[in-house]
Amino acid sequence: MSAAPPVAGLQDLGADSGIPALDCRDVTVRFRSERRAVTALEGVSLRLAAGDFVTLLGPSGCGKSTLLRVFADIVRPTTGQVSVLGHPPAVARQRREIGFVFQDACLLPWRNVIDNARLPLEVGRRRGAPTAASPEELLALVGLAGWEKALPHELSGGMRQRVSIARALLGGPKILLMDEPFGALDEITRDRMNEELLRIWRETGTTILFVTHSIYEAAFLGQKVLVLAARPGRVRELVTVDLAEPRRLAMRETPEFAALAAHLRAALETC
Amino acid sequence: MTMQATLLHRDSAPAADDLDRAWAVAQRRRVWRRRLMPLFGGATLLALWWALVAVFHVRPFIAPSPEVVAITIYQKFGMLMANLQPTAIEAVSGFLIGNAVAIAIATLFVHRKTLEEAFLPIVVLINSIPVVAKAPILVLLMGNGLAPKVAIAAIVCFFPTLVNMVRGLEAVSPQAMELMHVLSASKREVFFKLRLPTSLPFLFSALKIATSTATVGAIVGEWIGSQEGIGALIIQATYNFDSALLYATVLVGSCFSVAFFMVIRLAERLVIRWQPGASP
Repeated sequence: MSAAPPVAGLQDLGADSGIPALDCRDVTVRFRSERRAVTALEGVSLRLAAGDFVTLLGPSGCGKSTLLRVFADIVRPTTGQVSVLGHPPAVARQRREIGFVFQDACLLPWRNVIDNARLPLEVGRRRGAPTAASPEELLALVGLAGWEKALPHELSGGMRQRVSIARALLGGPKILLMDEPFGALDEITRDRMNEELLRIWRETGTTILFVTHSIYEAAFLGQKVLVLAARPGRVRELVTVDLAEPRRLAMRETPEFAALAAHLRAALETC
Repeated sequence: MTMQATLLHRDSAPAADDLDRAWAVAQRRRVWRRRLMPLFGGATLLALWWALVAVFHVRPFIAPSPEVVAITIYQKFGMLMANLQPTAIEAVSGFLIGNAVAIAIATLFVHRKTLEEAFLPIVVLINSIPVVAKAPILVLLMGNGLAPKVAIAAIVCFFPTLVNMVRGLEAVSPQAMELMHVLSASKREVFFKLRLPTSLPFLFSALKIATSTATVGAIVGEWIGSQEGIGALIIQATYNFDSALLYATVLVGSCFSVAFFMVIRLAERLVIRWQPGASP
């Protein structure tokens, strides 16, 4: 069995060296909708060390996206402590230490590819600040060199999502939060994007927290998979993935991968 | 072997060319069809008009025949243009003022929710009153002269633009707002980088409607107590049973309205280039 045994808490997630990239303790988020109060997250604790790639796996309604939004300072937790690189999320956001990739690419349709990738330089307090990598270099990193002048509607879904990844990487964020970024893509494109994302992760060393509801994607991408249960969203299990590095798509045919997927499926079914 | 391959290639290349050429010809035919068919339709209706007037011996003061209208336009072209000028000035200035104020107030509404909540429902209510009903009320309020007509044209195109512009400025996707938040964008940046471009298609559809409402506003404004303008001429021609002049005047007014519309549509096409298959 390549999966680690279930753990009670999550305090041991990530190596204990220095300040964790992402840290939350006993986070609870409640919404009040028209009909009833909804508990999106209940008592979630999580710690990611710098450079980790962790996938969040869970059924819809388990609060995966809400947890990302808590770290990105979009949603304020009802109770609990959250810190990003040792600071409150608002500070990390203003320092541009977080890049966020949305489910749909969320490009501005009137801007061409390069201007979309450049958007972070034009807004916010850090506008005009020098960046480690230029928008052009980042577009090359995501495999879109030569497409700078194209408009979003001229691109495929996969290409649009690549632009949004380049945009999120601009300014060299230490953390990348990804909310089902490949959920709307066809399987072939999705496979390719998964391999590309691993390459980008290796090349940039960014900490990545990746939300998905695909068991295979979660197992293939993550160094660790955090399984969440729904209604209310809470941590079910943390699974360490012991696949060889670098990962190859063909690994998904191995018995180890099959056992891992079966384990994750079982964890989801007991949710 | 090589020979054969070359031969095959030579055979297939012209075939593809033929296909391209045939497609281009068919495409050109489609384009011309789309241009010519409305002309054909218009000519048919004109002929029908002419035939009805001739066959039923309609008396000239009830309805003129098309050739009489054409002759009237030709003979009184100077007078018609002299009357179009004040109407055009009123309509265009009213259009500019009314829309500018509508855009400004829409911007205010989006940033001050309380004002929007208090006043937008009332604006929507007033917007639902037809222009021809609104205009006479405004004529009574504003009296005579050029300025009141400009004001009427401005007010009638103000409401649709305000309603559409507010809708456009708020048509921003929640994710785009979250993106701007993650980037710590200021309210001003959100407005200029996100809300304003998002609203442009809504704004232009309102502006296209406003070209005709502004023209109607100016004409109706001239109905009461005006000495010049398309509206005044319509009233005079009607009271004098000069149906040929009435038809000629209406035609000149419509041509102005259509030209005004085409100018805005051209501007729309130049500004909004990012929508695939944008509305023609």
